[in-house]
Amino acid sequence: MAQILWFENYAPADAPVLGGKNASLGTLMAVGLPVPPGFAVSADCYRKALADGGLTGQLDALITAVDPHDPASVAAAGARARALIGSLGASGDLADAIRAAYARLCERCGDGDLPVAIRSSATCEDQPDASFAGEHDTYLWVRGGDSVVAHVLRCWASLFTDRGIAYRIERGYGRASVAMSVGVQQMLRPRVAGVAFTLNPLNGDRSQVAIDASWGFGEAVVSGEVTPDNFLVDKVMGAITRRTISDKTMEYRLTSGDAVTAVPVDADRQSVPCLTDDEILAVAALARRAEKHYRCPQDVEWALEDSGDVLLLQSRPETVWSRRPRPAASCTADPITSMVQTLLHPSHGTPEGHGHGHG
Amino acid sequence: MADRFPSPFEMPTPPGAEGWKDLYAYSTVFSEDRREYEESAFWFMDGVHTPEVVPPWDATIMEYAIIALSQYNTRHYIIPPALGVDLRYLNGYMYLSPVGVTDPKEIEARVPEFAERAGYYFANWDRLYAAWMPKVRALIDELEAISFSPLPHREEMAVLTEGRGTGSALDLFTTYHRLVDLLLKLWHYHFEFLNLGYVAYLDFFGCCQQLFPSIPDQAIAKMVAGIQVDLFQPDEELKKLAQLAVELGLADRFAGSAPARSAAEVLDGLRGDPQGDKWLAAWEEAKQPWFNFSAGSGFYHSDRVWLENLDIPLGFLRTYIAKVQRGETLERPMEAVIAERDRIVAEYTDLIDSDEDRATFGAKLGLARTVFPYVENHNFYVEHWAHSVVWRKMRDLGRLFAEAGFFADPDDVFLLSRHEVTEVLFDLYHGWAVGVPSRGPKYWPREMARRNGIMNALRQWSPPPALGVPPEVITEPFTVMLWGITSDSVRQWLGGAQADGGLSGFAASPGVAEGPARVIMSADGIGELRDGEVLVAPLTAPSWAPVFGKIAATVTDVGGIMSHAAIVCREYGLPAVTGTAFGTKTIKTGQRLRVDGNAGTVTIID
Repeated sequence: MAQILWFENYAPADAPVLGGKNASLGTLMAVGLPVPPGFAVSADCYRKALADGGLTGQLDALITAVDPHDPASVAAAGARARALIGSLGASGDLADAIRAAYARLCERCGDGDLPVAIRSSATCEDQPDASFAGEHDTYLWVRGGDSVVAHVLRCWASLFTDRGIAYRIERGYGRASVAMSVGVQQMLRPRVAGVAFTLNPLNGDRSQVAIDASWGFGEAVVSGEVTPDNFLVDKVMGAITRRTISDKTMEYRLTSGDAVTAVPVDADRQSVPCLTDDEILAVAALARRAEKHYRCPQDVEWALEDSGDVLLLQSRPETVWSRRPRPAASCTADPITSMVQTLLHPSHGTPEGHGHGHG
Repeated sequence: MADRFPSPFEMPTPPGAEGWKDLYAYSTVFSEDRREYEESAFWFMDGVHTPEVVPPWDATIMEYAIIALSQYNTRHYIIPPALGVDLRYLNGYMYLSPVGVTDPKEIEARVPEFAERAGYYFANWDRLYAAWMPKVRALIDELEAISFSPLPHREEMAVLTEGRGTGSALDLFTTYHRLVDLLLKLWHYHFEFLNLGYVAYLDFFGCCQQLFPSIPDQAIAKMVAGIQVDLFQPDEELKKLAQLAVELGLADRFAGSAPARSAAEVLDGLRGDPQGDKWLAAWEEAKQPWFNFSAGSGFYHSDRVWLENLDIPLGFLRTYIAKVQRGETLERPMEAVIAERDRIVAEYTDLIDSDEDRATFGAKLGLARTVFPYVENHNFYVEHWAHSVVWRKMRDLGRLFAEAGFFADPDDVFLLSRHEVTEVLFDLYHGWAVGVPSRGPKYWPREMARRNGIMNALRQWSPPPALGVPPEVITEPFTVMLWGITSDSVRQWLGGAQADGGLSGFAASPGVAEGPARVIMSADGIGELRDGEVLVAPLTAPSWAPVFGKIAATVTDVGGIMSHAAIVCREYGLPAVTGTAFGTKTIKTGQRLRVDGNAGTVTIID
């Protein structure tokens, strides 16, 4: 039966109908990590809506006929598919259920006109061997039940972007096996946001958390439009072992008309650190909690609110170092051989060259 | 920025210090005979052990220490890439030069020998180390048994009746030579384990860095922390005595402080009533051996030893009594340190990917912990206890000379080189045997005045931190570990202090603290420290332990992450930045400092 699932009620059995992103949010919230509240419109809803609207067969036929090497064919099929989904409209039981869930979320957050983020979560997304990140749409700062329903439809339609269609066919995912779940989540208005890796991406050192941070919404960091501040935190010692402060020239901010827009950063904020030491450590601690839960290195998105609270927006397995084959041993086990090596190459074996402070 | 330090041959003799070289062994001063080698080498001043001018007899200890270190590298354990550490005096200050093996073939040839010799020690460490303590205790007993008796007016009758066939002067000669030889033996013992201990520790260090390339140094150091070491025992004894004083209701009897109220007065005031006598008995018991504790590095005869300067431990004791009265705990946070150590080890272990690496990490940590007690513990027995006895016995000899009219101040004996002492003994013997005046009483007062003048002139000189040509990278492990001299510090010395007045050094003990600075140049000044101040010193000695209970952080000019300031601060959970080179020159007492022991930086806030 098609359903709307609140993140805090998440159970692992729900994962297949939530898609990677929503399942991950559900998991994080279920283990008590601070995630903005919200609900998921499951992939079953998508399938049922298509079936009720008589679109299932039409869409299958459209996609089956696509020649992935012919952009014109992809574009034509995509446009037709998106139009079909758009035609579903905002009426019916599902639309009512979404509006009701949104109203409940508004009530919970104490804001009758609560801004929400609406994110696609395709059921083939975030598989360990493929990153679909960024392939599907996210809508920020959506308000009002009707608008939420409309954006859910837009997320569904985004399964059929030209890029998405071609990508899925090329990667060999079944043409009809992909479905779309949609997350509706309280919108934060972060002072600072960014990403964090629970290892040092430069050398794979798992004892470190690497944080990229910049002003405003995290999109500036995720998209690479800004060179963020970078911090390295030792997980065990809780010490900030490196800081690189960059010139942060732009940020995404909420501007008039509920639009999230790229704007220049005031000159006096550009080259100052966007996080205090305590905030850096709070972000690192949060990333570490996600890693401890998943028992493997994570790549997280986080946001810092004006209140000083750090929230987790996403957590997924780190893919670059985790996929790299690891040698069975990095250290020489035989003590004498190892001591001789240490003495001969003291740059690897003495306090020299590392740890000696730099102002 | 200059690319080399001044040549030792460019250094002028300070005015009034002409002739200083004659006070030191001919083989330990820079000379034209070895100029080419000496000018091409890199020399750094040993600020860790000898921040001040080394008096001629005190040079004995430094020479024996450095030669024993060298001998173990070169001739005992055949450390593949390292020979010994060369030593020279320049204007009375000691400079050292680590000597490496440069030919790769030679290094390779040394490896199997090192494997056999060091391997044996590591494999049998516990048994061999168990023998060390009795050996060094027996040596200290021998030192304690030394006694220099004045030459008798007549040899006693027993010399004849027993047919001994020798006289008292021979005993004096033999006793002095035994003292000097025991000192050399002491330093042999000192390095029997230390070099290998450092190698094992460095190996663990290297393994940590391979597994976690960005790991902070202090994380590694903390993994071997939390062991009970005798080095802290003198301090522990004072804490027990403070507790006892409060329990016996004697706290008020310790009021006042030197010089207004000396230790002798305080102790006299306790005598005669049951509570006071009970406390005094505990005090007497603590004195041996724990008050054989130097307020300095132990390498100078002028370093004040608690046993002979009871005002020092009594001053600390008063601080502790006040703490007990305020209800504060005197315990070092040992359990917390151990719990933190275990947490750190568990978390890093958990982050290691492969079982094989986890096993290697565990084994290397195990060895590092096996060797670490020696690395920590030897210091009390050698530099504190044994040295205290050596200085005491030499002072006895000085008194014997003074009583024979050779010079007025018994401490002038330290203005003689160890060989000259034999000559002076001969002069004494000569006069005594022949029955005529010795030359000494006419000769030495004049000569001692000259020598004291030279010493004072040398003390006015500011020794450069280094001489000669720095190597591209500093690799000799002991230089890095113990002296804290790295390629970075060499660069800093060449470039001077940072433009903004900030300082950087070793991130020796984690944490960040702010507080007003108190610049302390020697042990005599530590009484000036107030609660919450940042201690800024050329270096700290283990005997300063009591002040670590009240300061906010420590900054030193010299020393690495294994220097005593670093070790003690980690035990006390205080931030420390060591080896800043210019701390005491840049910082003024009263300035507000921010000490970042995580990053190794010191910022002057105002």
